[in-house]
Amino acid sequence: MMSPETEAPLLRISTLTKRFGGFTALDTVSVDIRPGERFGLIGPNGSGKTTLINCISGAFRTEAGTVIFRDEDITRLPPHIRTRRGIARSFQIPRPFKSMTVAENLMVALDFAVVTDEVVSSAQRRDTMMSILTRMGLASKAYVSTAKLSQVELRKMELARAMATHPKLLISDEAMAGLSSSEVDEVLDLLMSLAGQDITIIMIEHIMQAVMRFSDRVMCLEAGKIIAIGKPAEVMANQRVQEAYLGT
Amino acid sequence: MFSFDLLLDAVVSGVLLGCFYAAVSLGLSLSFGLLDVPNVAHPAFLVMASYGVFFLNESYGVDPLLAGLLITPLLFVFGLVAYRLYYQTFEKRGSDAGVRGIAFFFGIAFIIEVLLILQFGVDQRSVTASYIGKAWRIGDMRIPFRLLVAFAVAAALTILLTLYLSRTFMGRAIRAVAQDQEALRLMGADPIRIKQWAFGISTAVLGIAGALLIIVAPVNPTLDRSYIGRTFCVVVMAGLGSMSGTLVAAIILGVAEAIVLTMFGASWAPAISFAMLLGVLAVRPQGLFGRRS
Amino acid sequence: MNRGGTQFWIGAILFLVATFAMTQIIGNQYPFFACYVILQFIVLAVAWNILGGYAGYVNFGTSAFFGVGVYTAVFLFKAAGAPLAVQIAAAAVVGALMGFALGLLTLRMQGIFFSIATIALTIVIETSITNWRYVGGAAGIQMQQPVAMEPFNSYVQMLFFIQALLVVLAVATSRYIQNSWIGRGLQALKDDELAAECTGVPTLRLKLLACVISGALMCAAGAPAAMYLQYADPSSAFNLNYSVSVLAMSLIGGTAHWAGPVIGAILLGTTQQLLTVTISSEVNVLVLGVMLVLFVVGAPEGIIGLIGKARRNRNEGEG
Repeated sequence: MMSPETEAPLLRISTLTKRFGGFTALDTVSVDIRPGERFGLIGPNGSGKTTLINCISGAFRTEAGTVIFRDEDITRLPPHIRTRRGIARSFQIPRPFKSMTVAENLMVALDFAVVTDEVVSSAQRRDTMMSILTRMGLASKAYVSTAKLSQVELRKMELARAMATHPKLLISDEAMAGLSSSEVDEVLDLLMSLAGQDITIIMIEHIMQAVMRFSDRVMCLEAGKIIAIGKPAEVMANQRVQEAYLGT
Repeated sequence: MFSFDLLLDAVVSGVLLGCFYAAVSLGLSLSFGLLDVPNVAHPAFLVMASYGVFFLNESYGVDPLLAGLLITPLLFVFGLVAYRLYYQTFEKRGSDAGVRGIAFFFGIAFIIEVLLILQFGVDQRSVTASYIGKAWRIGDMRIPFRLLVAFAVAAALTILLTLYLSRTFMGRAIRAVAQDQEALRLMGADPIRIKQWAFGISTAVLGIAGALLIIVAPVNPTLDRSYIGRTFCVVVMAGLGSMSGTLVAAIILGVAEAIVLTMFGASWAPAISFAMLLGVLAVRPQGLFGRRS
Repeated sequence: MNRGGTQFWIGAILFLVATFAMTQIIGNQYPFFACYVILQFIVLAVAWNILGGYAGYVNFGTSAFFGVGVYTAVFLFKAAGAPLAVQIAAAAVVGALMGFALGLLTLRMQGIFFSIATIALTIVIETSITNWRYVGGAAGIQMQQPVAMEPFNSYVQMLFFIQALLVVLAVATSRYIQNSWIGRGLQALKDDELAAECTGVPTLRLKLLACVISGALMCAAGAPAAMYLQYADPSSAFNLNYSVSVLAMSLIGGTAHWAGPVIGAILLGTTQQLLTVTISSEVNVLVLGVMLVLFVVGAPEGIIGLIGKARRNRNEGEG
């Protein structure tokens, strides 16, 4: 199942530290993520999960530590360059381009994130866009304004837009929050189908069954520090993880 | 050219002037600093209040400060109505409130300017009172009473407002609403009513501030334009929503203006507040001690 | 798309032919004085909209760019007697540089802080010009119009036609941006800057580009104004009324489409011209304030938005 230890990591985070004023949100976090891995990220509210995602995607500048992606130091790169290098994300609270249709949202990604030397015709790009939307089950909504989408459709639209950037690493930030249990399964199946040798996925989630089912490996953060990392069952059984979640 | 006496003179009058600037900025510190309402019409409201004071003083011989107190309830109600209108049209609809809000308030400011011109004409207007025109002499230094009055009243106003925000239930609610509207809603309070109340106070204090404005110098209907820079400069420098910060920032501005006035002449004065504001914004886009990260 | 392009350019050429014909047929100077101002407002509003409308960065510094355009022309004319074309070209370059500087200084600011910073910049530049004796200082400076070039009978007619050329340039630029990837990127960052970055949009670079283009056009529009009035002074060249008028024109017309500011500028510009002539300039400002408030409250998408809504309603009614 797991890649051999000798294989170079896709993403290497070393002693990453992020402070907000006097508050340390991430404290010397180090972790390697292997190509093709399905990586679950858990932890109580305010433990630094989203902060870590923001540091990987470039939304935040970090105080110390490095982020290496595909053997390149990207610690100082702005977010749009990281996106072009192959890091895509969804947001905890969906952030669609609300004045645009679903199709136009994806076209932004195809216009800006995908760098090729070949001339891509607009017909080709439309095909790419439609095939992503079909895969996400959103084809019928292509020409609908994002303002009219339901919660689950918004979640899928964000994943579709992220996929349109042709990512190597897809980060899903609580894509299932606020969904009904059948919708959770729907989105989870979608994420499972996207994962593979070409696409590595980091999933932040509060719904434990989803994390257990999805992840090859799970990491638990508390107060900006890693308190456990390993196979899902091991992490769940960990004393400190249980304490962190039960708040004792 | 340069002398220590002149500098001392500039610093003293700068401090007095600064306290006056604090008085005219306090309301904005509430409305823009705490409530995020981009009220660029604040200086226009201020000038409008000055004309109210002028009217009472001219027609009935009411002391300007008393006149300022008399129009305070009116201004409070005006603020309540103005916020309700703003809330209905912008905040309730959600996004883009800042952008369209600032255009909205510019429109209001222009309307007030023209109404004042139509009613009172474009000439300078001033008030009469026993303390205007006299001065206090210490050695060579001459401190006009009107500045001393402005200083004392402004200091009192700042202290009162600080106490109100920290000691009363409503005051603490106002500060809470600025920090976490949702939490307040969960506690059963209506954030909109609290914000409306706060906005009412932000215009109510303009009664006294408007009186000080016309005591310190004559006013004309377009005077508000030069106070956009001063008031926003003070509020942004102060760290949004801090009353004591407002006083400190206003004194810094007052001293800076007085020194530039002495050393370079009056023609450079209008740029001081704006240049400082630009500097502050360039270093800290969210204000010098902005409360948001 | 292509047919639209042909139609647009036919329209532009017809517009230029019509304005040129006006200068050859109409002998009375007054229409040119009045229409010049409206054309100037079209350029300013269209240019403003590139940054303010497409990117959503509300610039209150239109008068700063306009005024710098005016004074670039004044300086070049006084120092070197430079011809009009050089004045305009130089103003465009200065405007582009100024837009770039403004962008670097202020584009990291969000929303209202950006707007306040642009007001601040205006006053700082105005004060500097006021203290610059060479170009007349606070008292202003008289300008002597040279003889008009062939085939124009008067200098005002020539200025009128040149401003018409600037209108076509500004509108074509704005239209190109709207329909290209630049427009899509600006729209994305207007909606959500972080989401745009994370979708690969180089937001800072696009905003800088919008600032530069918008600034160059606004300065260019200001350059002929000194010759038009034969006079320039800082408090009118940098008057806040320009900033608010131009903003109002774009908002009234609608900011999402290049035609919005054109419609708004024609509508408000004509109204203002009529009011200034028939009543007074005070009422003019009052109308500006009232229109601004009414549209911002009642029709946030402007006239273009109203038309779109009406069209959708009709379609739904039929379907």
